[in-house]
Amino acid sequence: MRRSLVVLALAGALAMTTAMTPAFAQARTDVKVGLVLEPPSLDPTAEAAAAVDEVLYANVFEGLTRIIADGSVVPALAKSWEISEDGLTYTFHLVEGAKFHDGTDFNADDVKFSLDRINAEGSLNAQKALYASIASVEVVDPATVKLTLKQPDGNLIYNLAWGDAVIVAPESADANKTNPIGTGPFSFKDRVEGDSITLEKNQAYWGTPVALEGATFKFIADPTAAFAALQAGDVDTFPNFPAPETVAQFQNDPRFRVVIGSTEGETILTMNNGKAPLDNVKVREAIAHAIDRQAIIDGAMFGYGTPIGTFLSPANPDYIDLTAQSNYDPEKSKALLAEAGVTDLTLSLKLPPVEGYARRGGEIIASQLAAVGIKTEVTNLEWAQWLSEVFTDKNYDLTIISHTEPNDIGIFARDGYYFQYNNADFKQIIADLAVTADPAKRSELTKAAEKNLADNYAVGFLFELAKVGVENAKLKGMWDNAPTQATDLTGVSWEE
Amino acid sequence: MPSFILGRLVSLVLSLIAASIVIFLVLEVVPGDPAQFMLGLNATPEATAALRTALGLDGPLLERYFTWVLGLLHGDFGISYTYKVPVSGLIADRIWISLPLAIYALALSTLIAFPVGILAAVRRNSATDVGIMGATQVGLAVPNFWFAMLLVLLFSITLRWFSAGGFPGWQDPLLALKALTLPAVALALPQASILARVMRSSLLDTLGEDYIRSARAKGLSQGQTLWRHALRNALIPVLTIIGLQFSFLLAGAIIIENVFFLPGLGRLVFQGITSRDLIVVKSVVMLLVFAVILVTFLVDITYALVDPRLRRATR
Repeated sequence: MRRSLVVLALAGALAMTTAMTPAFAQARTDVKVGLVLEPPSLDPTAEAAAAVDEVLYANVFEGLTRIIADGSVVPALAKSWEISEDGLTYTFHLVEGAKFHDGTDFNADDVKFSLDRINAEGSLNAQKALYASIASVEVVDPATVKLTLKQPDGNLIYNLAWGDAVIVAPESADANKTNPIGTGPFSFKDRVEGDSITLEKNQAYWGTPVALEGATFKFIADPTAAFAALQAGDVDTFPNFPAPETVAQFQNDPRFRVVIGSTEGETILTMNNGKAPLDNVKVREAIAHAIDRQAIIDGAMFGYGTPIGTFLSPANPDYIDLTAQSNYDPEKSKALLAEAGVTDLTLSLKLPPVEGYARRGGEIIASQLAAVGIKTEVTNLEWAQWLSEVFTDKNYDLTIISHTEPNDIGIFARDGYYFQYNNADFKQIIADLAVTADPAKRSELTKAAEKNLADNYAVGFLFELAKVGVENAKLKGMWDNAPTQATDLTGVSWEE
Repeated sequence: MPSFILGRLVSLVLSLIAASIVIFLVLEVVPGDPAQFMLGLNATPEATAALRTALGLDGPLLERYFTWVLGLLHGDFGISYTYKVPVSGLIADRIWISLPLAIYALALSTLIAFPVGILAAVRRNSATDVGIMGATQVGLAVPNFWFAMLLVLLFSITLRWFSAGGFPGWQDPLLALKALTLPAVALALPQASILARVMRSSLLDTLGEDYIRSARAKGLSQGQTLWRHALRNALIPVLTIIGLQFSFLLAGAIIIENVFFLPGLGRLVFQGITSRDLIVVKSVVMLLVFAVILVTFLVDITYALVDPRLRRATR
């Protein structure tokens, strides 16, 4: 009796040590990703929150097309497509043999259902405006779909790659909010609200299978906690690391790799163009020249960020560097203010709750404006307040905000948008752009739009947000840049 | 006695009604539209309006109040705007972190505070007493989130004994307890300091009473007097403090929950407020109010049981 107990204890101890020692020379097959923001519900077609795509895009859900690491658009559930001469008919040929995670087949009916659902009355799709050009969706055969447009739409293929246009199945669409069912290489396994979301490999995936067996997203909002979680090995990577002040420590540690990449986040000092005296271009120009971009990048962002002079990512091939046009020149700024006849100017500066660019950046901008004689009343708002006061009611003079959607220069053409830019020339350029499919002409128009914004000092253009990623040095295949908000794990693996 | 309990019950119900009205109205006047918050910067006004209707945000005030209260009475806390799952489920999940954490922290603080407080009282004015009082002063002064970070630096980053935070779930109770250990220690330190000081002064008061002298005169040793007479009487104020601390720990662990990214009740409310998930805020705050009122009610009853004078006085 006694001996068997000893044996049992030994066996138990042995089992425990084996379980605890990592298997020798065998690469890990799971990854733990740290994210700052937690997705609200899990349906990318009904949520604007970037966090939804940061977990599910490309991993669980797929669209007809998709955006890859370099920002280009490639086929996904549509293996190819043809566009008619007049640009009004798009015929998509779908991949065959794809299945949703619940085992139902993917076919043309699902595509029709998903696209019709975006444009349906009462639709909750946050990007509904992007798909307004679609007049009808027709199922030609189970593997072919034909889209008829109201007018040519040069952005359609790109817009179909957004997370908001992923293909869902009629049987499971309503439950996607809590139990997302897509066609992607990972399927949803489990969620602990407030803590984590777990994905597992989809064994029946139609395309190239992924190397990982599973992935866990952990939500850690506190910068200090994010630092500790990486250091303690609780997470393997933080693709958007929230504590840039500690990055040097990771750079000096061979266990980690720090990746500084670009994002689609144009950070701007928004000026309310609809409100005097900011409706005067001279005043806006004066403010633009009062701002020292590099001082903000250094002071608020610990040096991470690329100065911009217009509303496009420097990573975009069509980007033109117009920063010189609004260079830091306080003397010119004062002269312009005098010319505009504006004295004793006090402006409200309403800041959203973003510690880095908004709160720290706001202090720096307030002092830079003070140097040219513009007083500011700084108010710190939380998100919901910012959305109602600044974004909806347009009750503000200045605010600092990063617009993180990719290729969103068109928002300056929107009527009633909170910039209140209302520039007829600009609206024409964007209208032309929407109906142009020719790449050369599109590039030309995009550049014209960039110049228009810079010439009219539409807002104060500050810098492009940098993507500061920290990851385990042995982890391979994470995106360096963020051409769209996603944590694409399809190419991720561990070094042996 | 029954009429005393009845009176307390009536006051409990009235407090709950008053609390529900205040909570509901305060959240009504909070600026910010949940629908706009959820759909973000690119949403069309139509989509926002559609969502507002879907969330039931556009009915008359009174109607929405009664829908909410009647729901609560049926145990239906509504559906979270953000997570799209029943609020009762969210609360149920998180209470399994907040409640054990509160109990764990309270147990730790009591285990530390009792011996330390008693020792300080018995060795009054000795070097031990001065040392203990000094240490508890520091314990009170150190903010618990800072202490928590120090714990993480030492035990998670340097020694790697504990993970830096998160909660693995109760499937493996040992792992779960391990995950709660650092947060519990961080929470327990200031509580233990308070408790030890209260223990000491309460015990000193009792030790000065006449009946203690009588007990000693009867021939009881110092230890026997302490255990049989002094400690029992000294416990009353200490228990009151423990009751207060428990409510605080249940709802007030929010900063510690942030440091250790634990999905507890405090963080649920905090996230609910920032993301305008008002249905979650309303229901959780109401639940916490209910818990506090209930604890007060029970304490009242207990006092009345212990002290008959109280029963007559209230009548």
